[in-house]
Amino acid sequence: MTNERIDEIVDKYGGDPSTLIQVLIDIQVENRWLSKESLERVSERLKVPMTRIQHIATFYKAFSLVPKGRHEVNVCMGTACHVRGATRVLDTLEGLTGIKPGETDADLRYSLETVNCLGCCALGPVVEIDGKMHGKLTPAQTAEVLKTYE
Amino acid sequence: MSEITLTIDGKKVTATEDMTLLDAAKSVGIEIPTLCHHKKLEPFGSCRLCTVELDKGSWKQLVVSCVYTVEEGLTVNTRSEKLDRIRKTILELYLAHAPDSQGLSKLAEEYGADKDRFDKAASFCIHCGLCVRYCAEVKQKNAVGFIDRGTRKEISFIPEIASKECWSCKECFPLCPTEALQAAYVLVEALRFPRS
Repeated sequence: MTNERIDEIVDKYGGDPSTLIQVLIDIQVENRWLSKESLERVSERLKVPMTRIQHIATFYKAFSLVPKGRHEVNVCMGTACHVRGATRVLDTLEGLTGIKPGETDADLRYSLETVNCLGCCALGPVVEIDGKMHGKLTPAQTAEVLKTYE
Repeated sequence: MSEITLTIDGKKVTATEDMTLLDAAKSVGIEIPTLCHHKKLEPFGSCRLCTVELDKGSWKQLVVSCVYTVEEGLTVNTRSEKLDRIRKTILELYLAHAPDSQGLSKLAEEYGADKDRFDKAASFCIHCGLCVRYCAEVKQKNAVGFIDRGTRKEISFIPEIASKECWSCKECFPLCPTEALQAAYVLVEALRFPRS
């Protein structure tokens, strides 16, 4: 992400130090991660020390300090999904992608995460990919769904 | 500034309205144990050891004295069976992180805390924030800060700033209530093996 683009985002929120989280969210959404260079630019522009940015960027799970894959795969591990076989779905995803929750594969295709509840327990087991819900998944269906995301 | 009178451990205390309970107690020579308080720094209230009781007649309210400002007519107890029990447990939890800390051991003796009560997780950090706050508020260098949260929270130096500022300063080392070498270790780690 270029410094010009970061400046645009910073200016959009008025350049006040209190807008730090909004700025970071925008960079995260656009770039899919927060690079050290972009954080340094934000620090310079918003006059917020790097320690504070580091604290916030590591505090929230929404922020990532390493590159994320093109597709974010969130597997629901809530109680309802768990009893309906979320573990088997997760095993399938781990097997297909070769990564564990919290990791990204080498092609930057998928990032796998577990979440605790997506709020649609009737559809369990649920997997959310790029914001789209896939409900009542069997391991075989999971493989089919995953294939459609390049 | 208006004056406020309150009672601490049966003593009448006169304080100004911007004082905290800890300041007021100190002004009449009553010692309240604390690990995260420093006179040059803003109150932080992280160690919870300075918890005291406010006598509300029929019930007692627990407040953290280093961040609670004085109020007219308060009745404060700084020692009681309940407070000793709370401080003992807090100390035992801290001792799981820093079992050999001299400052903690001294307090542990006073409150009868058992350093082996909880399984050891020797991180040496009790998140008092003294080094972080001193660097930000007094030195204004922001070389050290917290990262992560909850049980994984720890201190971390910014290598670019630390390599320039820290070797000639090191003023945060002696502030550490558990182990002065902890900050030294994290500092060397930051310089030698910087996080990407």
